[in-house]
Amino acid sequence: MKYVIIGNSVAATGAIRSIRNQDDKGSITVLSRENRIAYGRPLISYLLGGTITEKKMAYLPEDFYAKNSVDLRLSAEVVAVDSKKKQVKLSSNETIAFDKLLIATGGDPFVPPIEGLQGKKKIFTFTTWDDAAKLKELAYDIKRVVVIGGGLIGLKAAEGLYQIDKKVTIIELADRILSAAFDRTAGRIVAKKMKANGIDVITEDTVVKIEGEGAEITGVTLKSGDFIPCDTVIVAIGVRPAASFLSGSGIEVNRGVVVDDRMETSVKGIFAAGDVAEAADFFTKSKNPMPIWPDAYIQGDVAGAAMAGSEKGYAGGLAMNSIELFKVPTISMGITNPQDEKKFEILTYLDQEKYQYRKVVLQGKIVVGAVLVGAVDRAGIFAGLIREKVDVTPFKGQLLATDFGFAQLTKEIRSTLFAPQGKVA
Amino acid sequence: MKRIYSIEDACIGCHLCEVACITEHSKSKDPIKAFLHEAERPIARCTVEEIDGGVVSFSTNCRHCDEPDCLRACISGAIQKLDDGRVFMDTEKCVGCWSCVMACPYGAVQRNLEKKKGNKCDLCPDRKSPACVDACPNRALVYKEGNQK
Ligand SMILES: Cc1cc2nc3c(=O)[nH]c(=O)nc-3n(C[C@H](O)[C@H](O)[C@H](O)COP(=O)(O)OP(=O)(O)OC[C@H]3O[C@@H](n4cnc5c(N)ncnc54)[C@H](O)[C@@H]3O)c2cc1C
Repeated sequence: MKYVIIGNSVAATGAIRSIRNQDDKGSITVLSRENRIAYGRPLISYLLGGTITEKKMAYLPEDFYAKNSVDLRLSAEVVAVDSKKKQVKLSSNETIAFDKLLIATGGDPFVPPIEGLQGKKKIFTFTTWDDAAKLKELAYDIKRVVVIGGGLIGLKAAEGLYQIDKKVTIIELADRILSAAFDRTAGRIVAKKMKANGIDVITEDTVVKIEGEGAEITGVTLKSGDFIPCDTVIVAIGVRPAASFLSGSGIEVNRGVVVDDRMETSVKGIFAAGDVAEAADFFTKSKNPMPIWPDAYIQGDVAGAAMAGSEKGYAGGLAMNSIELFKVPTISMGITNPQDEKKFEILTYLDQEKYQYRKVVLQGKIVVGAVLVGAVDRAGIFAGLIREKVDVTPFKGQLLATDFGFAQLTKEIRSTLFAPQGKVA
Repeated sequence: MKRIYSIEDACIGCHLCEVACITEHSKSKDPIKAFLHEAERPIARCTVEEIDGGVVSFSTNCRHCDEPDCLRACISGAIQKLDDGRVFMDTEKCVGCWSCVMACPYGAVQRNLEKKKGNKCDLCPDRKSPACVDACPNRALVYKEGNQK
């Protein structure tokens, strides 16, 4: 069996481990566009900010590829997939045949057309190790930065730049930062902390023109007419599934590569996992891209099992984010901003002075979402309650307690999770 | 693999498992020194929970899952599943992002805020059986072969 995996990040890792769990003979070839070993992509802001060194970027033990007999090929970009002939084509024109193919190409940053963007030197996106390295290299020449986009990537870039003493302004189109992951209150708490650290956060506005002479930037003009002086611009509007090389392959691509519960695409034998895929949502079962690290791993794991010929169900993508910004830890998961509030019950506790906030979203008897700011300890217990659809009626009154734990749950749950087998409580 | 299990009805809420865990992971491995004199007191990797003033008490700990949610969520690669089954946290690699805290349904990863590192059970690699189990006066903790749930 010839397994070929496009992409060498977390989804690929989940798949490799899963394939090798069942098949230690088949050959595995990993093709990566980047000339880097697998690294913690979210760590690039730590690298930029100087809280870790390049050495700590490695995601996998050094012997991982050898141990799993993986042929890793770096700087190998796939430009086309021929589903009929079962082969992929590299930019070098080389073709590589496969029996089972995994598309784990993640996302590409999206850069919208903005007037004045063409030809400017210090305009960056922020999604790769190389991006962080480039910014670090030029750091001596950067003083004021405008970050377009107040999502996770924009805020992480802002934090990294702040840590190396750059003046940062964030411009966000929505009425608050991190609107995808945070609810209003959590967004407000983090924005307050950012402002207290001297980061300007401008909401409900956007950059319409990048001003400057030749390759140099002098500032940006906003839709509101305001002018923000800067010498560097980071475009962090979002990422899009990296699937353009699939045109002509016959593989169904909607917003991402559409997959079933085994991560198989519309073409048999070809699978997709991670940020590039569009798989079922945990709650609605409708298909959505879910661009988060843990889900990319899980999808890779499910895909790998299917590729090696066994079945592993996919419970559906459950959004979850642990984001610490300017020393305020936040964890959010599931449905945190229900559209139709009448269908949900929302419990909250807020102590804004101390940057403490807890919110639990219930639908009927089960927890469907949680937001914790500050005391995020044991947040995973909520993840367990959500995944297992536990009836929380008996301990609903305790859900907001900061020491919330298994003691508040039922004895049955405690015994199932922690007691020795065979011993019923 | 061998795992630590907790028998709620036998737990007397004495927290000796936590004391033993802290001691075992201290520099001196001496409880008095660990608690009073060492600059960095470890954080217990097992958690005794109580309600109703101790009427219900029991010790929770890492299940060393076959498919650990913490490992899947870990963005730095600090969490690894070792060949012997242990789920191991390499604190050198940990960046303190708390993704494991977010993902672990057993609430078994602690936050070491001072060091900004995750903290979790390592099953006491230097001992025959884990310190918490040996310290339990009423055998409410047992160490034996079994599944994760
Ligand atoms: C700054 C930043 C911070 C983040 N923080 C978090 C966080 O805290 N928590 C979280 O859950 N998520 C976070 N994310 C998102 C997380 O990194 C992604 O969800 C995750 O990396 C997705 O993994 P993946 O394996 O699907 O793809 P990626 O990690 O995107 O890897 C895909 C790889 O495929 C390669 N590739 C693409 N096209 C081709 C081709 N045609 N041929 C060959 N190779 C190709 C790419 O170059 C890339 O190396 C963050 C992302 C960024 C950028």
